[in-house]
Amino acid sequence: MTTILEMRNITKRFGPVVANDDVSFSVKKGEVHALLGENGAGKSTLMNILFGLYEQTSGEILYKGKTVNIRSPRDAIHLGIGMVHQHFMLIPAHSAIENVVLGYEGNSAVLDLKSAAKRFTEMAERYHMNIDPWELVGNLSVGQQQRLEILKALYRDVETLILDEPTAVLTPQEVDGLFEVIRQLVAEGKTVVFISHKLPEIRAICDRCTILRRGKVAAAGLPISDIKDLNELARLMVGREVELVTEKTPSEPGEVVLNVENLNYTNDKGIHVLKDVNFDVRAGEIVGICGVDGNGQSELIKCLTGLLHATSGKIELMGNDITACTPKQVLKQGIGHIPEDRHAMGMVGQMNLRENISMVDSRDEPYSSHGFMHWRWIDDHSRNLIDKFSVKTPSIMEKAINLSGGNQQKLVVGRELSRKANLLIAVHPSRGLDIGATKYIQSQIVEARDRGVAVLMVSTELDEILEIPDRVLVIYSGRILACLDQCDCTRSGLGLLMAGIEDGEEDRPA
Amino acid sequence: MNEVVSFFSTTLRLATPTLLAALGIVFSERAGVVNIGTEGMMLVGALSGVIGSYVTGNVWLGTLIAIVVTVLFAAIFGFFTVVVKADQTVIGTGMNLLASGLTITVNRALFGASTSPPEIDKFVIAPIPGLSKIPVIGPIFFNHHILVYLAFLLVPIAHFVMFRTNVGLKVRSVGENPKACDTVGIRVGMTRFLSILYSGILAGIAGSFVSMGMLSFFTEGMIAGGGFIALAAVVFGNYTPRGVMFSSLVFGASNALMYRLQALATNVPSQFPLMIPYVITIVSLCIVSRRSNKPLGSGKPYIKE
Repeated sequence: MTTILEMRNITKRFGPVVANDDVSFSVKKGEVHALLGENGAGKSTLMNILFGLYEQTSGEILYKGKTVNIRSPRDAIHLGIGMVHQHFMLIPAHSAIENVVLGYEGNSAVLDLKSAAKRFTEMAERYHMNIDPWELVGNLSVGQQQRLEILKALYRDVETLILDEPTAVLTPQEVDGLFEVIRQLVAEGKTVVFISHKLPEIRAICDRCTILRRGKVAAAGLPISDIKDLNELARLMVGREVELVTEKTPSEPGEVVLNVENLNYTNDKGIHVLKDVNFDVRAGEIVGICGVDGNGQSELIKCLTGLLHATSGKIELMGNDITACTPKQVLKQGIGHIPEDRHAMGMVGQMNLRENISMVDSRDEPYSSHGFMHWRWIDDHSRNLIDKFSVKTPSIMEKAINLSGGNQQKLVVGRELSRKANLLIAVHPSRGLDIGATKYIQSQIVEARDRGVAVLMVSTELDEILEIPDRVLVIYSGRILACLDQCDCTRSGLGLLMAGIEDGEEDRPA
Repeated sequence: MNEVVSFFSTTLRLATPTLLAALGIVFSERAGVVNIGTEGMMLVGALSGVIGSYVTGNVWLGTLIAIVVTVLFAAIFGFFTVVVKADQTVIGTGMNLLASGLTITVNRALFGASTSPPEIDKFVIAPIPGLSKIPVIGPIFFNHHILVYLAFLLVPIAHFVMFRTNVGLKVRSVGENPKACDTVGIRVGMTRFLSILYSGILAGIAGSFVSMGMLSFFTEGMIAGGGFIALAAVVFGNYTPRGVMFSSLVFGASNALMYRLQALATNVPSQFPLMIPYVITIVSLCIVSRRSNKPLGSGKPYIKE
């Protein structure tokens, strides 16, 4: 196999931050090459340089043996390099085919969408990815949108395809479908760069891997078969031994803390988002809600925390009806909430750490009295908190936005856990975090459980669902499909339930 | 009967400057640029058209000069909003203030403040032979200035360009998701800049029509909110050329109604009919807003990381 792509001694600086430090990366034609690393290790930066979105500070790129100067995605596409971004680059208001032909150089001045759709459909059928070319992208599922992104690249006759964390948003069955496509692409002689940090997937599909750690190469062109197990991979990525199993004893559930009865919610577009949801959470247990994003999890949590009000049904916390409570009243009742989007809901980026820490309870003793803030006490409290939850920051006066994602999440988790809550609602607590931070936050959640807190956790990550909760609820299309004890959960069983298949029937959506 | 014919004919004439400017704005809006500066651009177009016509003695050459000057003026707006990536509202407002002062100064310097305006070549009514003789229909539709015909002919053309051509797709996409456009090799800044220049062309023509078609010379502040009405017409028309034509006609009709009421000297104060288009806009926006075609990236400068 010949080398198709070589990036030599790439360095990329953003101001004082070095995102890529003398990184060399080499890919052979026709292989699936994994690019691995923790969040912030510089994987996406390196690929964005290759795709022309960033320009490297120094270093050179060789493609098919020739030095190339890639200054924009246009140049990359000309060379035959395509990229499917982690956050899809699609326009929801336009049809699928309009998204495909957008910016395509073979377009005539007056668009001939009909023949483009014909070519698109032929291609889609060849790869078994059926998408209606005339459907609005906003109406496509996440999995379909990803397939559309792949087809968009293939439409431009790319030979090298970069997939940036493609499996993060897919169900296990959709992942299998994606792998089929990748195998077909490779069989046709195309080359795939696969960014991920999940070992089972990498094992299943990749030939070799390059590992980045803090912007530097930790391993280059390592055959996947040389990596023995998850521990070794984690060590290569993090640079030290990482405890991969969160210590957990069997739960000892106490009294019912949260009880949800026949909860229904219809949104302002008239869509029936939650359908007769029933469940309870007891003191000292963790109940996990698993499902593909957009199946009603957000709305359920918003109903519980008073951000939305249920159309019908009842929510009881410690026996009190909180169905119609405002968020403030709900928080007062003793609910800790780690929200799904820390930037939008968990913190205020432009405010400093001590302000963020005191935000939720700022009206109450000991944070304030008679409308005056007790900054001295807050400062002590804040220092203790960032110490206890090992939030890396220069000081408590630092703006929250300047912290890394993991440290921001630790800040939010720390604040919510230190409020004496009876119920902790944790939504995607480890989303976007690397292995080290994930394990830390998971262990803190388990510790809260052991103190007798009832925990409701929402996650899309199967690994997390299989490990942390004591009971698992599967939500699909606004309905709780199943309630399983953790020991009854299997990866494939959950995967099918997440796709809405209750009896193990195989009717996978196209 | 004559009253009715005259009312509709006036509606078309009064709708024309709004329609012209709005057909430009609809493209810049779709590209993600809120062209608050249209008011100023129309004002610049109105004055430079008059100057051009005065110097060359030909209204068409005057209009051409108005287009050139307005495009240059629009380029300033484009430079600050697209290249410098400054806030569009602030720059647009600044352009309006600049245009207001600049046109007053230039007008007084060239023509004096108090003298009666000189005669210039202006747009004349150009009845379409044959068609204009049809009873009722003729005087309403086929007895207008050429620019009135052009403005309405431009609607299907603009619709075709926006929804059927490669350029139209690019413009619509750049306003929705500039980053996605960047990843498929579209020059976001250039697309936005050119759509601003295009809206400048039409604002220039619209301004010329106000000063040389509806009136016969430049007066200070003569656009009197016409640019903002065009902006409102684009929102009201839900960002499509057809919708823009409809909303321009609503504005034209309510203006025509206002003149009629003034002429009739009824007890209804003239300010009330003047309010009609705005009331209609507010009410219909409340109804329409949920299905709005407003581009997602509207008004936000595109900054590459």
